[in-house]
Amino acid sequence: MIRLENLTKLYGSFVAVDDISLHVPRGVLYGCLGPNGAGKTTTLRMIAGILRPTQGRVLLGGDDVHANPLAAKMRLGFIPDRPFVYDKLTGAEFLRFVAGLYGQQGDVVGRRIAELLEVFELTSWKDELVEAYSHGMRQKLIISSALIHRPECIVVDEPMVGLDPKAARLLKDIFRQFVGRGGTVLMSTHTLEVAEAMCDQIAIIQHGKIVAAGTVSDVRRQHKAGDASLEELFLKLTGGAQVRDLIEVLGA
Amino acid sequence: MKQPSLAHVLQPKWRTALQRLREEREKGGSGKLVILIIVGGAFWAGVFGVLYLILRNLRKVEELGPLIPGKILGLILLSFISILVLSNVITALSSFFLAKDLDLLVSAPVDWLRLYLAKLGETLLHSSWMVALMVVPILAAYGVVYKGGVLFAVYAMLAIVPMLILPAVLGSAVTLVLVNIFPARRTRDLLSIIALGAAGGVILLFRMIRPEQLARPEGFRNLLDFLILLRGPTSPFLPSEWASQAVMGYLQHRIDLLPLMLLWTTAAAFVTLGAVLHRALYAQGFTKAQEGAERFIRGTLWRWTVGPLLGWLPVAKREFVLKDIKLFFRDTTQWSQLILLAVLVVVYLFNIQALPLHRGEPVGFFYVNLVSFLNLGLAGFVLASIAARFIFPAVSLEGRQMWLLRSSPLDLRALLWSKYWVGTVPLLALGVLLTGMTNALLEVSTFMMLMSLTTMAALTLAIAAMALAFGTLYPQFETENAAQIPTSFGGLVFMMATIALLAGVIVSLWQAVYAYVRAVYEGRPVVIDAWMFLWFGVAAALCTAATIVPLRLALKKMETFEF
Repeated sequence: MIRLENLTKLYGSFVAVDDISLHVPRGVLYGCLGPNGAGKTTTLRMIAGILRPTQGRVLLGGDDVHANPLAAKMRLGFIPDRPFVYDKLTGAEFLRFVAGLYGQQGDVVGRRIAELLEVFELTSWKDELVEAYSHGMRQKLIISSALIHRPECIVVDEPMVGLDPKAARLLKDIFRQFVGRGGTVLMSTHTLEVAEAMCDQIAIIQHGKIVAAGTVSDVRRQHKAGDASLEELFLKLTGGAQVRDLIEVLGA
Repeated sequence: MKQPSLAHVLQPKWRTALQRLREEREKGGSGKLVILIIVGGAFWAGVFGVLYLILRNLRKVEELGPLIPGKILGLILLSFISILVLSNVITALSSFFLAKDLDLLVSAPVDWLRLYLAKLGETLLHSSWMVALMVVPILAAYGVVYKGGVLFAVYAMLAIVPMLILPAVLGSAVTLVLVNIFPARRTRDLLSIIALGAAGGVILLFRMIRPEQLARPEGFRNLLDFLILLRGPTSPFLPSEWASQAVMGYLQHRIDLLPLMLLWTTAAAFVTLGAVLHRALYAQGFTKAQEGAERFIRGTLWRWTVGPLLGWLPVAKREFVLKDIKLFFRDTTQWSQLILLAVLVVVYLFNIQALPLHRGEPVGFFYVNLVSFLNLGLAGFVLASIAARFIFPAVSLEGRQMWLLRSSPLDLRALLWSKYWVGTVPLLALGVLLTGMTNALLEVSTFMMLMSLTTMAALTLAIAAMALAFGTLYPQFETENAAQIPTSFGGLVFMMATIALLAGVIVSLWQAVYAYVRAVYEGRPVVIDAWMFLWFGVAAALCTAATIVPLRLALKKMETFEF
């Protein structure tokens, strides 16, 4: 469903994403893990068509995001990590606007908006301007907007940031059900427990490259990590020594 | 605990400003600086020139000569102080209560006095730099006419600096009190309306005084009556009057230190009182400022009114246009600018009506047509300024939401189309109205009326396209305040490009209009010949190119945007 072919992104001479190739099949929840600045967000923004790759291409359901953007983007729901939305629209107006961007109109949109607001417990806020929403409520609104056109795949950057435990649980359930019905989710996260519990497959990215990929068991096997937890595996692959140094610094 | 110095508290601000300058220099090279210096220099020279002529003329008048320059300076400084109080009130709201660095500063062990002085300094600088720059050519004109010498510059600075401090303290104090009564965001809405209403009032009042009469000694009698009627800035309690007395005293060689002392001691007393007030009210005000401006909106008004009119549009374009209209009318800082626009139109029409035309034929006919024709350029310039304020920032304002637009299947052409027509339709209505009404006031012929209206319509389409395109070519995605976006380098380039277009169209049309005016003037029948067609064609080609080429370039640029 999501295919990355030799994806590379340069900012001047800095290599943010370095020749990444990846295939996320239909019906899979795929997690991108990596330390800060590893290139996860850049990769996801290239998949969403917001950034243009320096080299390589992104295919969504066979359509190239940059060569055939409209067809590819119709399949996609994108949830960014920073919930910037129009402050002077109400929640319901924002969702109607997004539905319009995907060519949807009429009563069906009204029903879908009501349904999503209900699920995310925003119904009583639907006529409030977004400027009055908390960070978590904005995040819920953006998640609703990504689902409004019933996408085939969802690309989500740090989905749990700002969500209360109930909403976080709801989102996990939604993603699992979505994948269960044949949808595809590609998400980046720092929360290793979430990744371990939710993801069918993972990729660990560091310095713009994939350093490990597969199921958690595959990655353990590849790196001879025995029964190590995902956290230990992650630290081993991305520089656990630095964490020990940090503990010494804080201890001193 | 040793407190950080004031410079340390302000460090992020000046470091950011320096970094911005560095980035600007890297991006634009020295060309940008040269253009800014040329435009700024031309503006200064213009202000200096006009005032120099007025003051020189006044010096020749025996009885009133020594009196009126002081009155004029007092009036100018008084209007500056009024503007400064308003602008300080608005700026203080941002710097004291809404700025992003406040969470850090308030939670750090920085004492209240340092915070107050740092934020007062920031407020003063942000709201006064423009007035300070304006004062330079004005005082230079006084200095040159009265031969004040080099030392006058130092003396004038001593008089002006406390005059800038006073409104900053006053404005900050007013804001502090207001924020303790209303939530900060509601206060901002309220203030922007009051400020623009007041600014509109000042412009209207200034225009009604008819300052152009100062350049004609025969008009002095009436003007003096008017000044007496106003009872002018004669109050001994106004800082503008002290500054004016200090400056005029020095220039007329009767140096009196009392006004200077009054200015400085009052400034010091105000800062002290302001600090005391800050200590008493800031903590509570800052807490209240964290409250949101929650508003319950049904949002059905636009859907039921404008919605049906847009029914023929594809859904994405329709929703985009509706969204832009809603955002405009829900943002007080945006729609309140319409107050100034209305004032501008009234002043514009007043100016046309005040022209001494229709005094007799056939000279009247020639001048009426000349004025009507040149009015095209002037109206075009007014429309360009409006487009710079409302259309130029359109793409930049989408910056923070561009993730949504770029990740959705919205065709960028649809986005550009919506932005273009949302801006163009009201601009077109205004352009045609302005031209039609001025031509009606001037009682021009049908030929001139038709030519003017057609030209204005074509110019509006081009100006709107250029505003949108230059706003896309020079986007300001980081700026949240729409009013700041047109003051960027891109805004300047847009205005210069528009002036070039206006000049091109006017020069082309003049060939045709001159043939018409000469035929009527000489009593010959008016024939629309190949010569006229050629020049009308050139003007039309210019407008068409200025509409299509910029929009194409904007679309290309938009495709390369990355977020």
